This record gives sequence, C-alpha cells and structure tokens, in this order.
Amino acid sequence: MSSNSHSHDHHDENFIQKYIFSVDHKVIGIQYGITSLLFLLFGFSLMAIMRWQLAYPDTAVPIVGFLFGESGTLAPEQYNSLGAMHGTIMIFLGVVPLAVGAFGNYLVPLQIGAIDMAFPKLNAASYWSYFVGGVIMMSSFFMPEGAARSGWTSYPPLSIFENGQTVWLISMIFLITSSLLGSMNIIVTIVQLRAPGLTWMRLSIFVWAQFVTSFLLVLAFPPLEAAAILQLMDRVAGTSFFLPSGLVLSGEIVDVAGYGSPLLWQHLFWFLAHPEVYVLILPALGIVGEILANNTRKPIWGFKSVVYSMIFLGFCSFIVWAHHMFLTGMGQAMSAFFQTTTMIISIPSVVILTSYFLSLWGGSIRFNTPMLFALAFLPMFGIGGLTGLPLGLAASDIYLHDTYYVIGHFHYVVAPGTIFALFAGIYYWFPKITGKKMNEMLGKLHFWPSLLFMNGIFMPMFIQGLAGVSRRLADGGESYAHASGVLHLNEFMTTSAFLLGIAQIPFIINIIMSLFSGEKAGRNPWDATTVEWAAPSPPLPHVNFDSEIEVYHSSYEYSVPDAKKDFTPQTEK
Amino acid sequence: MEVPYIIKEREDTGLINSKLGIWIFLASEIMLFGGLFSAYIFLRLAAPPGDFARWASELSVPLATVNTLVLISSSVSMVMAWASLKLKDFPKYKMYMGITLLCSFIFLVIKYFEYTSKFSHHIYPSSSTFMAIYFTLTGLHGIHIIGGMIVMIYFWLPIGAKMWDSQPELFTNRVEVLGLYWHFVDLVWIFLFPVLYLL
Repeated sequence: MSSNSHSHDHHDENFIQKYIFSVDHKVIGIQYGITSLLFLLFGFSLMAIMRWQLAYPDTAVPIVGFLFGESGTLAPEQYNSLGAMHGTIMIFLGVVPLAVGAFGNYLVPLQIGAIDMAFPKLNAASYWSYFVGGVIMMSSFFMPEGAARSGWTSYPPLSIFENGQTVWLISMIFLITSSLLGSMNIIVTIVQLRAPGLTWMRLSIFVWAQFVTSFLLVLAFPPLEAAAILQLMDRVAGTSFFLPSGLVLSGEIVDVAGYGSPLLWQHLFWFLAHPEVYVLILPALGIVGEILANNTRKPIWGFKSVVYSMIFLGFCSFIVWAHHMFLTGMGQAMSAFFQTTTMIISIPSVVILTSYFLSLWGGSIRFNTPMLFALAFLPMFGIGGLTGLPLGLAASDIYLHDTYYVIGHFHYVVAPGTIFALFAGIYYWFPKITGKKMNEMLGKLHFWPSLLFMNGIFMPMFIQGLAGVSRRLADGGESYAHASGVLHLNEFMTTSAFLLGIAQIPFIINIIMSLFSGEKAGRNPWDATTVEWAAPSPPLPHVNFDSEIEVYHSSYEYSVPDAKKDFTPQTEK
Repeated sequence: MEVPYIIKEREDTGLINSKLGIWIFLASEIMLFGGLFSAYIFLRLAAPPGDFARWASELSVPLATVNTLVLISSSVSMVMAWASLKLKDFPKYKMYMGITLLCSFIFLVIKYFEYTSKFSHHIYPSSSTFMAIYFTLTGLHGIHIIGGMIVMIYFWLPIGAKMWDSQPELFTNRVEVLGLYWHFVDLVWIFLFPVLYLL
C-alpha cells in the first residue's frame, strides 16, 4: 500500500494549504465545527440579551447595554432584530453546519472507509461559501439599516418593508449554495466510495441519517432559494410577488402592481423549513444511535426498522409543510390533508425513538459523558415530539399558534434534543479527531447543569404558552392582560439561561485542556465496531487509513455469543 | 492517493462520481425552477382573469421561437462535441463546441434585444406580476446560460483543453457532464417558452 509514501508527498504543504484552504475532508470538517460552535455561542448570547429584557424590561442590559443606546435597554425593533438573528444564526449558521458540515464531513468518509469525499474541492467551496454567508450575515449588524428584524421566517409583507432584510437574503443565498454543494457531495460519497464489502444494510446508522438528510437539503433548499430570489426582487426591483393589491402602509396605499400573495412566501418557505426540521433532527438521531449501541454493548434494536423509518421520514417531510399555516385561512380541505400527513409522520419518529429505548433493555450500560448526553436526548426529544402533536391538529393549533408553547416545543427538539446529541458526538469522536480523550469529570460537570437549566428555560414556556402569551413580544407580555399570572416565570427562565451559559464553561475548558494534556487515546478507545475506529487517531492526512479497508460485518456486532471479545469490528475478519 | 471512480465506473453502481453528482445537482435545479413555476401558477390564479395573457401578448413570440431553435441546435452540437471526443477527433470537438458557444451567444444577444425593447416601452419587472415573474424566470435562466458558457469557454480554450493531451478520458467525462447540464438548461427553456410566451 502506498499510503505512507503518499503522506510524505503532502509534507511540503505550507500552513495555509494545510489548515486554511485545505481540501482534506477532516480539516474542512474541523473548520465547519469550530466556525459553527462559535456561531452557536454567539446566537446564544443574543438570546441571553433578549431573555434579560424579558425578565427585567426596564433595567439596562448588563455589560453590553451601551450597544443599545443611552437607556441600555432594548428598543422593540432591536429586540426583533436579535430575535430574527438568533433564529437564523442558530439554524442556518449553527446547528445545521455543525450536524451536517462538521460531523458529516469528518465522519462519513471515515465510516465508509473512504480516503476523502468524492469532490474534495467542492467540499472546500462549500465551507467557504458558508463562511462568506456567515460574514455577510454578521456584517448586517453594522449596516446603517441594522440586521434583519422580520423573524427567521421573514414573512411578507413586513419583511418587504423592514430594514436589513436585503442583506439577510443575500447571505441566505450563499448559505443555501453551501448546503447544496455539501449535501450533493455527501450523497455521491456514500453511493460511490463505500469500502469493499460495505453493503447498504451494513452502513452505520449515522451514515444512513446523513444520507437522508442530504437528500432533504438537496431537494428542499432550492424552493427557499427561489423564494429568496422573489423576495429580493420585491425589495430591490419593486415587484410585488408577495404584496397584495391595495396594501396600506403608514396610511397610504403602497404603489406596486399588486396581485401578489403573502401566502406564496409561506408555502415556499415552509416547503423548505419543514424538511429543515428533519435536517436538524436526523443527524442527531444518527449520532445517538451510534453512541447507544456502543455503550449498551448491544446492536441497535430493530436496526432495519430505524433505517426504513428514516427514509420514510425523509419522504413524508415534504408533504407536511402547511401545518405551520393553519391560521392563514387556506381552507378546511388543506388543513385536513396536512393534519393527516402530520399525524402519519409522527409514526416513524416514534418507531425510531422506541427502538432506541428498547436498545437499552438488558444492556450493560456504560455511563460515560457521551452516553449521558445521548441518554438525555431520548426523553428530551420525546417531550419535544409529543408536545408537537397538539400543534399538528388544526383545532388545538388555532389556540396555541404563535404562543410560547410553540417556542417550548421546537426548542425541546433542537436544544436539549439535537444540541445534546451534538455534544454527545463531540465527546464521543474527540479521541478520533485529536488522539486525546476528553476529561470525564469536566464532562459530567458540563452535562448535569446543562440538563437542569435547559429544562429550566424551556419547561415554563409551555405554561406561559398555554396561558396564551404570544411570542415576539419585546416586553415579554408586560402589557398583556392574560400574561399577568405567568409573567413571574420570566425571571426563572432568564436565570436558567444565564446559568446554562455558565454551564458551558467546563465544556470549553475541557476541549482546550484535553487538546493539550488529555489522556492519549488509541485507535479504538470505546471498543467500537464501526469503520472509523480502524484508522489511526487522528486519521492520516488525505488518506485516513494506514491499511486496506474491507468490511466483513454489519455495523453493530456487540456481545456476539462465542466471539472472542464483546465487539467485532466491521473491518476484522 | 486519488479518489476512485473518477474515470472508471464503480461496478455495482455503474456510475462515475461526476455523473451522479451532476444528476443530483440537476435534481436540486428542478426543485429551484419547480419552486418558481409553482409561484407562477399561484400568481396566475391570484391575478384577475386575462391579466397574465394580456401582459404575455407584449412579448415577441417570433424572437422566442428563434431562440428556442437556437438553443435546441446548441444541445445537438453539444452532443456532437462529446461524440467527437469519444471518436478521438479533437478538431471536430473544437468545431462543435465552438458552434455550441456561438449558439448560446446568439441566444443571449436575442434575449438582450427582447429585454431592451421592453425597457424602451417602459415595461419593467415592477410593471405587473406577469412581467415580474417573466424577468425573474428568464433572468435566472440567462444566468444559467452564462454559467454554462463560462465552463464551455474554459473547455474550448487551450487552458482547459490541454487536459485532452494528458487525460483524454477525464476530459471526455467532463464534457459529458457539462453536456448534461446544458441539456437541462435547454429543457428549462422548452418549458419557459410555452408558459411565458404562448399561454
């Protein structure tokens, strides 16, 4: 095998070629990872400022208050800006790039025994397009108009007239391009570059999740790109795709051709944004599946059912989008259809979650940090999913629509759900990426407070929402009669949010400390079966493996009776 | 070490990487134009009866017919260019690729005259919803034409075509993939022509 001589070939790369404009999927994965973690932290800080405002509407924001004018408190339009940017950054610049860009890029080629992605240069282009999109999005804070303030959903007609939206749209076009390039690459890599013997049903659950996710990104993002182009036309070319005739703004009829439809935006937007929910959750389910199998020392219960459920989830996610639009008056027939599909799509999610719970049965569970996060994911995602059911039925959705109940619901899915899974993934694969183990003590110090405070933030949202408190109120409902009984919860949630921020400090310390002085990890510190653990830690630049990879087993052969050890790596005969 | 299946197909999938890649890219393109065509339908239903047809009558059907023929010819010459490479006839490839380039250039010139004649009659995207979707769809299609032309010029000029000497199979594959993209752009126009000009 010529891998050794080849790793020598690459020694003459200078720093910039090796770490900045690299085409190695591992470097690009790490670039994605660091950038998106920073964005997550930034998005979180925006939320912390908003939460301060909600709990103490008349008190100046501490430390950063000077940014918001003399009073130090947020003006309503500043609050809206932070809200819009929090959503946009968390979803498009934080969670998706971390789940698909970082984890997908780093692990998919390793888990299928490939030397790199199918199109390494396209991969780099995808990261840099994401980076440019991120820079443009950040720059909007410094524009004279300020950052976008029409929510991450950018509903017209408001978004056509509000400041800052143009920059948001331009940035989104870069981010969409990045997603398209990245996900195309992942699909081709999985189809074409699987190692000999790695048949479809031998693929790990994580690779399956990335495969379905990539299809969702490839097929669902372009309609949003189309919508973004139309909205850009509305803003810069004076068209009226999303503006109805006779629209009155500040007492005057808006001078446009008219006959446009604000509903059109909502359809195009949610056609992306509902599959996007599954883009957020599927990679998380993949990561959790890996970690559960490894730490229960058992195969995933009903592996095939999980795979088929993921595929079904993927298909079905394209026909549920209008359950976000029950209040738009689109009609009974439409509502009935989308209610039905929404109830149907909950079935595969429940199948997956049930399989994961059953996987725990009778396992000799190892409670290490990745496992704790993965275990916490299950009930948290469960709460998020189950609270979604009343939102999927038009009758109950009419009451709950746009209240804090909705905020609580999707944050349970994404924050203690997906983000916990991503944390689990970071703890689990850190030894592979760096060759060092992370500190268990600090890991537990990160996990337990995070679990507590996540619930401290989001559980009261259900109570507030059921009481009828609307989202996007800059004063947190102070001027809202039926909010008065539940308003005191704001202080509790804000305190939880700040403590959640503090709870991330052990994580940051852990990453830096382990990088320099962590315990050395061998190739396979967790006694895992999947292919990536056959590579050295960290894997060799550009070639990954130091031996020829051939796969002989399905992905989770743990505790096979009569086997020599309690795990049989896929690459061992 | 090179990424495998760039030149030779993988046995069990029967595909080279770039061909699968371009098909998936085209699937996403279908969703992009599909989104815009759906918007067209949505807006047409929302507009007063006859409004779209009245505005569509402002467009020049003869020019668009010529453009349709020009684009179809360019698709044919694109296939011929690829076939010439398969037959290892590089001068023929240069000729056919040149014809394709010429056709796409003619298409853009005609499009330019169509646009400017609208502007000179003070018809802009903001004039009506039909004009808005007309300019958006044809503009986006025009950008796709320009994108294809950039790649064609690169493969036509010596800078890109010198790959023919070192790796003829890889070069042939690249032209084939470019061709698939080009046929798609052509196909989009085949849909745009009746939807915008004739309906």
